[in-house]
Amino acid sequence: MKSLLPIVIVLTLATAYGLWYQRSRGTVKAKAGQSFITESMIGGALGSKATLVQFSSAFCTPCRATRVLLENIVADMPDVAHVEVDAEAQLELVRQLNIVSTPTTLILDSQGLEVGRAVGAPKREQVNNALAAIRK
Amino acid sequence: MTQILNEKKSAVTIDARGPRFSAVLTTLVLATALATANLWVISAQAIVFAIGAFRGPQFTPYALIFRSFIKPRLKSAAIPEDIRPPQFAQSVGLLFALAAIAGSITGISALFVVAVSCALAAAFLNAAFNFCLGCEVYLLLLRVR
Repeated sequence: MKSLLPIVIVLTLATAYGLWYQRSRGTVKAKAGQSFITESMIGGALGSKATLVQFSSAFCTPCRATRVLLENIVADMPDVAHVEVDAEAQLELVRQLNIVSTPTTLILDSQGLEVGRAVGAPKREQVNNALAAIRK
Repeated sequence: MTQILNEKKSAVTIDARGPRFSAVLTTLVLATALATANLWVISAQAIVFAIGAFRGPQFTPYALIFRSFIKPRLKSAAIPEDIRPPQFAQSVGLLFALAAIAGSITGISALFVVAVSCALAAAFLNAAFNFCLGCEVYLLLLRVR
């Protein structure tokens, strides 16, 4: 044994980051969008009341679960659209919207303004709450 | 209403618990490498990373152990997962392992310690917190390119 100090440091820092990671991922945070996101920007139709824009990438494990969840949420909401965007193919948009990891889900109101954002696989009830606030 | 755009579908999926189990073994091996500063331990892990990166994460010795001994004992149903995220993580792991080997051979022990520490942090985060390395770093790499 040379030294256990590096292991202790690495595991301590990684645990601190991991706890933050677990807590922050999937949480819907309120946003006050500054500019309108249009159908041509995301390449899909906006919902009449709200739109869930999901940014995905190839090396992303929770993107699949996120797609299934959001498809499921919008299935019985005809006024809400789910649009999945391949972040890799839309780097300009990714920079513009400051997307840093996948999956990132933006919640847009009827005008295309971002009102909420979740990084990581979103929590179902939080998405539902955000949508309920927009659709009422 | 769901629209999927520009999506590159990958048909190959594996049981998501396999890579998670592999991450546990990787954590133990990398911790051993870091504690002993042993060139052979990190070299063995580099070979495992190389198999995962080039052939696929389902072909590593760790995946074999999972399929042979762990999976038959698990009661819950398999969760399908795209192989590309763990394959990406294995590639990143291989780069760190090669840097560590270079540090060990050239006698630059700081390079060895830093490189193994980075790989250990990622493997531990994956094992303990289901951390997705590709989610966090791939887009950033593309953005700065």
